[in-house]
Amino acid sequence: MQTPPITPGGDPNLTSGRIPESLAEVRSPRQIRRARRRRALSTFWAQYRKSKMGMAGLIILAFFAAVAIFAVFASKDGLDPTLVEGPRLASPSATYPLGTDSFGVSVLTQVIQGSKISLLVGLVASIMTIAIGALVGIVSGYRGGTYDTLLMRFTDFGLVVPWLALAIILASIIGPSLVTIILVIGLTSWPGTARLVRSQVLSVRERPYVERARALGGGNWHMIAHHVLPNVMPVILANAVLVVAIAILSETALSFLGLGDPFSFSWGGIIESAFNGHATTLGAWWWIGPPGVCIVLVVLAFTMIGFALDEIINPKLRER
Amino acid sequence: MSSPTPPGTKVAKGDTILEVKDLHVTFKGRVGLLAGLRGNKGTQSRAVDGVNLQVRKGEVLAIAGESGCGKTTTARAIMGLQPVDAGTIKYEGKPLPRNLKPYLRKVQMVFQDPTGTLNPRQTIYEIIAEGLRIHGIDRGPGGEPEEQLVAQALSRAGLRPPDRFFLRYPHELSGGQRQRVVIAGALVLEPEVIVADEPVSNLDASVRGEILQLLMKLRADLDLTIVIVTHDLGLAWTVADRVAVMYLGRIVEIGPAEDVLLRPLHPYTKALLDVVPEAGGLERPILTGEPPDPTKIPPGCRFHPRCPVVVSGKAAELGIEAACRGEDLGLDEINPGHFSACHASRRLGARAHEAIVEAVAAIGREAGSEPGSEPGTDADGSPGGTSPGATAI
Amino acid sequence: MSVLSLKDVHITYHTAAGGVPAVRGVDIEVAKGEVLGLAGESGCGKSTIAGAILRLLPSRTKVEGSITLDGEDILSMKLGRLRAVRWTGASIVFQGAMHALNPVQRVGDQIGEAITVHNQAGEREAKVRVGSLLEQVGLPTRRAADYPHELSGGQKQRVMIAMALACNPSLIIADEPTTALDVMVQAQVLRLMKDLQRDLGLSMVFITHDLSVLVETSDRLAIMYAGKIVEEGPATSVFEDPKHPYTAALAAAFPQIGDRRFRGNPTGLGGDPPDPQEIPSGCPFHPRCPAAFADCQRTVPELYAAGTGRRAACLLVTGAHASTAEVTE
Repeated sequence: MQTPPITPGGDPNLTSGRIPESLAEVRSPRQIRRARRRRALSTFWAQYRKSKMGMAGLIILAFFAAVAIFAVFASKDGLDPTLVEGPRLASPSATYPLGTDSFGVSVLTQVIQGSKISLLVGLVASIMTIAIGALVGIVSGYRGGTYDTLLMRFTDFGLVVPWLALAIILASIIGPSLVTIILVIGLTSWPGTARLVRSQVLSVRERPYVERARALGGGNWHMIAHHVLPNVMPVILANAVLVVAIAILSETALSFLGLGDPFSFSWGGIIESAFNGHATTLGAWWWIGPPGVCIVLVVLAFTMIGFALDEIINPKLRER
Repeated sequence: MSSPTPPGTKVAKGDTILEVKDLHVTFKGRVGLLAGLRGNKGTQSRAVDGVNLQVRKGEVLAIAGESGCGKTTTARAIMGLQPVDAGTIKYEGKPLPRNLKPYLRKVQMVFQDPTGTLNPRQTIYEIIAEGLRIHGIDRGPGGEPEEQLVAQALSRAGLRPPDRFFLRYPHELSGGQRQRVVIAGALVLEPEVIVADEPVSNLDASVRGEILQLLMKLRADLDLTIVIVTHDLGLAWTVADRVAVMYLGRIVEIGPAEDVLLRPLHPYTKALLDVVPEAGGLERPILTGEPPDPTKIPPGCRFHPRCPVVVSGKAAELGIEAACRGEDLGLDEINPGHFSACHASRRLGARAHEAIVEAVAAIGREAGSEPGSEPGTDADGSPGGTSPGATAI
Repeated sequence: MSVLSLKDVHITYHTAAGGVPAVRGVDIEVAKGEVLGLAGESGCGKSTIAGAILRLLPSRTKVEGSITLDGEDILSMKLGRLRAVRWTGASIVFQGAMHALNPVQRVGDQIGEAITVHNQAGEREAKVRVGSLLEQVGLPTRRAADYPHELSGGQKQRVMIAMALACNPSLIIADEPTTALDVMVQAQVLRLMKDLQRDLGLSMVFITHDLSVLVETSDRLAIMYAGKIVEEGPATSVFEDPKHPYTAALAAAFPQIGDRRFRGNPTGLGGDPPDPQEIPSGCPFHPRCPAAFADCQRTVPELYAAGTGRRAACLLVTGAHASTAEVTE
């Protein structure tokens, strides 16, 4: 049998997996790494832009974010019933595009100021939700065993507890305020996130590269920081967007039930005062309608963004 | 920051560097909460059931056997990846300390599936540097910076020029290149021992030789000791100095590769050799039955239900059949350095080889198991009994 | 007459990055009762050919040339006729036996389904046939009542073989049928397939990258590289005396125990298979070829005659170059 002479192993064939010229020309490794990151981001953005739903959501969200930023700097004088001189319960007109409420305060001004509070509560509460959920999910999934069993039973408990009842009790104990609302939402909505993160951690934990790192002598912290977190992060982020939507809805519900901060305007708060002011019976649709529409739009925007992200992160969904 | 220079070797070439003594690993089947409370222990799978092994400095030792024989579990136990029920592992004569980290710098593992072994989100540079960072090494023995150490490891593993690989991702490389990355990741820590678990079985045929060549070259250049786990005796023939054959959690034969592969003294080794594909090979005897089941280890010699020596009546002729069926046995040194755990070789010494060949020939094409019995009825029939770690494939 | 005949077959996959030529002009003839072994690395196009014979490739794949099965043109077949031909004319044994079986259906019913769907028999006759098929593949009849998870890997592969035999096809395509199996079980399954093939006079196309398996099972070998056949001939002589350097490298990947040339000396091939979208000029193997010379970069080799019943696509066999002697040692 003829045996071909051995080709020395050190002859890498570089034809597979080419780095584009533009990258090969950049010399320093750090520069290349930055360039690669930029390129990864730009491919991500290119994919995202293909999703009409995602883009629509992003535009709506950008609009409300702009409104909220405007509200931070705008004068709040228009909200004080003792200072305003507008007509009471006036229907929309040129001076009051969304009419006025029973105190003569412009509904438009209220809705603008409300955007700030609603978005703030939504964001802070979801950061809290994600933090608790991710922590519980990672510890439970990574440690396994008794930790897992205990934490998951606790999570199941959190999932089945009627959160509204719990929220009302908590709010009545701590007293109605912005902080209460954020705490209540954060403390009640993490179990879903925890479950999701745990299942992802469980799958990452079994990957051979985690085994490799362990064989290299890596400890638990190394494993979590270098292998588990980077692989779980995309799922957490996609989930976070959906959690914001839920948090904003929760804030609305709690404020509507009168558990919100009586001194700050949120969209839920506006609906509450409209309801108490008999806007429905008086036919003042301009008072109760706009904040409702805003909530629907913002929640929709977050949900659409979440779907778009999910499609990019989960290739299985993309195939459909 | 640990010392930049790896501590000098205390073991001379040819002396035992790594020793496994009476190793036992048991996998427990899942038991429901209520069943557990009632005292139900579930099925116990004795994946490794008393392995004794000495690895000599500078040698290539192949551990061969069917899937489920415990070869991968043994390798994982050596790496501290597998909790051990009983037995000790000694490195340079000392039992492993509680903190494995210093040991895991000197003993590195190469895995079967190079694709899964590389984190898809890390660049090749990060993957190679991972070992250095875990061990807090930021300078080489001559004060080289990390970047240079990574480059050295890559070019040793045949990935040249190394800096062209630094910022690539694993999916941009071919299978052979990925396995080279895994090897470079092990080399960067300047290990003494490399444990390779089926390092080429996931690779394309034409690339296999290259990776084996690389391992051989590294052994020569760096004085490495290599333990290679494989199901392929042909591979053992090409690279190994010594071969250990495992069956149902035990080593049944171990010795110099040429002796074990050309003049096997255990009927199981002979059976494994007979199924290595080659022209006309299908006319040779093949053991019937599926891979043996470590949840049900037979009494006596654990191979006797499939053993051609027993089935052919050769054992009865030699007067050892009762022993085969009822008496468990360990390894005997038959020839210098060549051990076998078989009643026939205990009785006949080195002549056991001829007896085994005769027994196999007497049976003809079907060896082992009662004729007409269903393949694999009592073996491997219940999936889930063994933990995934117990199987090599 | 040959059972299967491929003439100048070109297959191009459609991808977002453009057409990917996976098979670039392949001629294959399989005679009645013959086993053809098709070997090559992953991506060489061997599985694509299997898919093309049963027309199982993605719908936008372009298949040119002609493929005939029992004299009938497969490529121009209407869908109804094609369905009948799949399984009755040609059937396939996949490598992933574990996943090809429906986990919630008894294996007997799955085999029976193949028979009844093709109207080969009624329910009752099918049952009898299932029993005899299982016995043919070395499983007791009562295994028909088992679910796939109750079977081991080797037993599942036996069930797959029984399914492939169910409709008495004239051709069986075996695509890496034993890669996922353990050594001992692999030998059992290979012997079973060989015995069945001999007893039933089946024609087979056996696809794998493991040349040593092919030399056991096949009558003739065809070695593929980068979408083309680079060497063909009687199995044993191709394996033992390869004319193409690529075949030599593949054969050396599975050394025979006792062959001292390989002891302590694993031989391999540098580099990786070429990107199908960027096939090198001249002989596609030349960048990896240990015996390449200047001409190899320019001349595309055809299959030249290389001994009795053998052909190889290598300039060396034409005696084209003086360096031949150095190269073959």
